[in-house]
Amino acid sequence: MYKAVIGLEVHCELNTKTKMFSGSINEYSKDPNTNISEIDLAFPGILPLPNKEAVKKALKLAIALNCETPDKVLFDRKNYYYADLPKGYQITQMTLPFGKKGYLEIDIEGQTRKFGIHQLHLEEDTANMEHLERESLLDYNRAGVPLVEIVTDPCFNTESEVITFLENLRNIIKYCDISEASSEKGQLRVDVNISMMKTTDTVLGTRAEIKGINSFNTVKEIITYEIQRQQEILEKGEKVLQETRRWVDDKKITVSMREKVDAIDYKYYVEPNIPPVAITEEYKKTIKEEIPELPIERERKYIKLGVLPKDAKTLVKTKEVSDYYEEVLELGGEPKETSNWLTTRILGYVNTKNIKFSEIYMTPKMLANMLTMLKNNSISTQQAKEICTICLEEQKTPEEIVKEKGMEQISDHESIKKLVDEVLNENEEQVKQYKNGKTNIIGYLVGQVLKASGGKANPGIVSKILNEEINKR
Amino acid sequence: MNITEIREKLDKKEISIEELYEKTKEHAKKSQEKLNAFVTITEKCEHIESNSPLNGIPYSLKDNISTKGILTTGSSNILKNYVPIYDSTVYKKLKESGAVLIGKTVLDELAMGGSGVTGHTGIVKNPWDQSRIAGGSSAGSAVSVSEGIVPFSIGSDTGDSVRKPASYCGVVGFKPTYGRISRFGLFPFASSLDHIGIFAKNVQDVALVTDIVKGFDEHDMTTLPDEEIKYIDEIKKEMKGKTLFYIKEIIESASTEESKEVIKIFKEQITKLKDNGIKIEEVSFNKQLLESLYPTYFIISCAEATSNNSNLTGFIFGNREKGNTPKEVMINTRTNGFSEMIKRRFIIGSYILERENQEKLFLNAKRVRRIVVEKLNELFKKYDGLILPAGSIAPKINTNEEADRLGEDYLILENHLVMGNFGGYPSITMPMGYVKNMPVGINLTCAAKEDALCLNIASQIEKIIGIKDNKKGDEKDV
Repeated sequence: MYKAVIGLEVHCELNTKTKMFSGSINEYSKDPNTNISEIDLAFPGILPLPNKEAVKKALKLAIALNCETPDKVLFDRKNYYYADLPKGYQITQMTLPFGKKGYLEIDIEGQTRKFGIHQLHLEEDTANMEHLERESLLDYNRAGVPLVEIVTDPCFNTESEVITFLENLRNIIKYCDISEASSEKGQLRVDVNISMMKTTDTVLGTRAEIKGINSFNTVKEIITYEIQRQQEILEKGEKVLQETRRWVDDKKITVSMREKVDAIDYKYYVEPNIPPVAITEEYKKTIKEEIPELPIERERKYIKLGVLPKDAKTLVKTKEVSDYYEEVLELGGEPKETSNWLTTRILGYVNTKNIKFSEIYMTPKMLANMLTMLKNNSISTQQAKEICTICLEEQKTPEEIVKEKGMEQISDHESIKKLVDEVLNENEEQVKQYKNGKTNIIGYLVGQVLKASGGKANPGIVSKILNEEINKR
Repeated sequence: MNITEIREKLDKKEISIEELYEKTKEHAKKSQEKLNAFVTITEKCEHIESNSPLNGIPYSLKDNISTKGILTTGSSNILKNYVPIYDSTVYKKLKESGAVLIGKTVLDELAMGGSGVTGHTGIVKNPWDQSRIAGGSSAGSAVSVSEGIVPFSIGSDTGDSVRKPASYCGVVGFKPTYGRISRFGLFPFASSLDHIGIFAKNVQDVALVTDIVKGFDEHDMTTLPDEEIKYIDEIKKEMKGKTLFYIKEIIESASTEESKEVIKIFKEQITKLKDNGIKIEEVSFNKQLLESLYPTYFIISCAEATSNNSNLTGFIFGNREKGNTPKEVMINTRTNGFSEMIKRRFIIGSYILERENQEKLFLNAKRVRRIVVEKLNELFKKYDGLILPAGSIAPKINTNEEADRLGEDYLILENHLVMGNFGGYPSITMPMGYVKNMPVGINLTCAAKEDALCLNIASQIEKIIGIKDNKKGDEKDV
């Protein structure tokens, strides 16, 4: 029996206004070489100026991932030659990374799992390179974009663990507002290291590395494929090679790119142009305070409030939905009721129409108002469903819809009592029959009251008041 | 003429800024055949009017300082056609102060060297004796001041590249505290040791120019916060009872006839200074540490240099060579773009940074650097400054005898100025006399950030020694 051992390196581009070491705009652009400066292009004599916002965001993520953080900012140079690296070295962190020995906690089927974060560091991205048949194209827009690299422990055994981890990590990144984390824009790239070992073994097997994967779905396909490939090799009694492999998407296989004979010596040394700057405990505290309630905390909170575990997971999946939910609660929404309406009606609508959650017309305030009307019995559940659909589709507020459709229920005590009194006065005969024991006559009387209200009176309240009043006579 | 003299002529309208520029340009051009100090001489008088004392004053700039739109080669073939797209901070400040750029001066290729003979445009010669070197790496800058073409010049100093050629050419050379002048736009050699420095005819002019170019720069994180003082005022203050020291082992390291001559002059000057109220004591310093200065410097500078120059691949700028793959382009560009001497340094630097050698070579060198700095810092608590001969006299060009690099003269006497770079100390060299009709310099180094003190004492020393506005025999002022 074999089991897979998987480790990840996740690269995440930060959503700062400017680049890591220059004032160039940090913005995804389809026009190549537009967001560049002499610093990004490493013209002779330039000096790096670390982006404070990027430092803060990287530290924020390190803290959110329960990492040990250093007491000063220090950068190192990673020296190597490649056409996409303008300076001939990358400024990164080796000596004192922003995060060490952290973990990410995930509740999976009632169990809490901790996945180890080996290291988290801040660095600059390289240029984007495209190889054509006869030439290579370089786009330096990406050169110098702040990048956080998260290196996990080799702590995963299955593709589903990896995907769950990645989804949770992406959530945290978004919750902390440190990156848009869009796979399409290449803002989140994953390197997978995978090896197989006998379940009885204590030593890790030889690993293959697949770099720069853009989508989680591909990560899943690659792991599934590699587990099978490596297992077959081992079962034949052969050896897995230590190599870098590439995913061929149309064939759904990985192929060897290069065998890794020895690890490259990057000749790291401390960047001399950035003097160390102290990170005070006070600063760390400020950053910690800026970290919002994280998905796992919210999920646990919602479950405590009575939300179904499945729905709680759905609610926290994106910060947008979760924030929306919390706003409705703040406006008086009842937790379970709000969760039901949000996860089924609203998210259902978003999914079927394939639109973005941010595009829906119904604001938390509108949902809260509708739920209040429902709670006050001024509308019925059936009407609420109708209101919800119209609101989302026709962009009208629940109040407008109620008015237009004349949906308002009469449920205030005084108005209904008045109607009840009238009906009782007009039906002395039936009241007498009731007193003589024909209690089911009450149904007829309720019907009369509803009729008198033009169908708008709340049947429950009518029945309640009628029972009280008839017994007084 | 020095800055004050030119200022007076300009203010009295005896000469206009344009006329002065034209005359200076002619002088520069005429000097080229004889001395070869310039890579580029500017075409026209680019001048921004200002109230600064440097308004209209011509100057030269070492060709490893970025000037937008003006060829900047680092005296290397790999950058022989490189025209920068941005201005260095030091150039920007001078431009805004109204100073007029006459030309970009020759250096040892990429500032790596101390002779002035390795630039891609040829050997720079010493105005005092054209059979001798000017010293480097800021060779052309030293020569342009020594020859009287410009009253001041901007150079860079990683080991002694301002203070040594100043000594060889008989002018004043000053590098302030690390971080006093922004390095933004200076082609890096070894970032932790690199300084911008100033050449001029006298200490007052050096102070004046430093006032203009110093200051915090948001583009250079290593710059110091601004001081609310002007060095030009500081040097005029009465400061008495200062105590200096010199290092016994350095003085005793002189073994050649010439260097013994230099030491003799130094001792005479020490006596003179003492007679004039400056206290000077002899201090003993670990000789092994002194012998380690040059190897330590070489290790740190080569390591940083190989990384710093990795941007020179021909992709974005510089002289790109052909190749079938990006890797080939890079290899061909670098193979043909650098001289053998540079390639040797890069290979050594790369070797030093290799994982298995870092501890033994790079980190040990950094430790030695720290020990030296700690010792000096300790001494600077007791003394106001360190005074020493800047070195011997300028050697002959093309002597086939290489200096004995393990001899004491070379190891200690010729290379101790690097201590100023190790600690980022303010350090100034000025003329103290002549040996074989060649100028020799005296050097004063003070504690970090004590630039004002350094310039003040230097000004006193200059006055006592009595060599100011050094003129070589055939100098013709404009």
